[in-house]
Amino acid sequence: MKARVHVTLKNGVLDPQGKAIGHSLNRLGFAEVGDVRQGKFIELELAETDKTKAKARLDEMCRKLLANTVIENYSIELVG
Amino acid sequence: MKAAVLVFPGSNREGDVAQAIELVTGRKPQMVWHGDGDFEKTDLIVVPGGFSYGDYLRCGAMAAQSPVMAEVKKRAAEGVPVLAICNGFQIVTEAGLLPGVLMRNEQLKFVCGDVHLKVETSQSLFTNRYQAGQVIKVPVAHAEGNYFADDDTLKRLEDRGQVAFRYCAPDGTVDGSGNPNGSIRNIAGIFNETKTVMGLMPHPENAIEPMFGGCDGKALFEGLVEALS
Repeated sequence: MKARVHVTLKNGVLDPQGKAIGHSLNRLGFAEVGDVRQGKFIELELAETDKTKAKARLDEMCRKLLANTVIENYSIELVG
Repeated sequence: MKAAVLVFPGSNREGDVAQAIELVTGRKPQMVWHGDGDFEKTDLIVVPGGFSYGDYLRCGAMAAQSPVMAEVKKRAAEGVPVLAICNGFQIVTEAGLLPGVLMRNEQLKFVCGDVHLKVETSQSLFTNRYQAGQVIKVPVAHAEGNYFADDDTLKRLEDRGQVAFRYCAPDGTVDGSGNPNGSIRNIAGIFNETKTVMGLMPHPENAIEPMFGGCDGKALFEGLVEALS
């Protein structure tokens, strides 16, 4: 089973990289771009067929390593 | 005072801090590789600066999960003092030994140069050779030193006197002008609740020789020797 994890900064946490990306896009003529938030995308191959079990394990992985929950949120998506 | 200095793949200030320790104690510290789950008992553990594990995922995130850190957490819980500098500060926050997190510098630039710090308290193992309110000059070199914690955590830190150092102007004024990275409330270094763990972004170990711009960092190591010998 394949899993996709998205890690993003919590609302209210300053994201200077997102800001810089937004400014660059504005400069390139994409005037419609407002707030930009940058995050991480992690794809994992899992030796697990049970979706509930996989989700619980992924949740643990996120809390232990993949995300720093002081400043980051995470979301888990199971594929195939 | 017997000291251990941890070494991770990508550490690069372990030699500097070992030199600072040797200068004040007359003996070389024990260098401990990150894969070692056990090492000789020491009076002090130092987590040095650098780019452990290439800063993969988040600064300090991988190092925080290494075998040596499991042992450091155990010893810290028993009261063994831990000094965590720069990347070391990032590692111990990721390991949960200190609250908060070090984020990307507000201006997105790597900062390298001298900063001024206001010593918040002299009541600790690490700061007993300084006066509260004293201004010291030490270098910083980091891209992720922007300290952040939620309001409840900040309130707890302030109420319990756990802020060790704040970035300040040369005259001691704590404002934006002396803040190199956007750290909340100008926080440059903090203690745990028992003040036996201290993390800071600046490098006191690089301010021990007059030839290299000042010796204001030396008192930190001298204070440790006095307290732990």
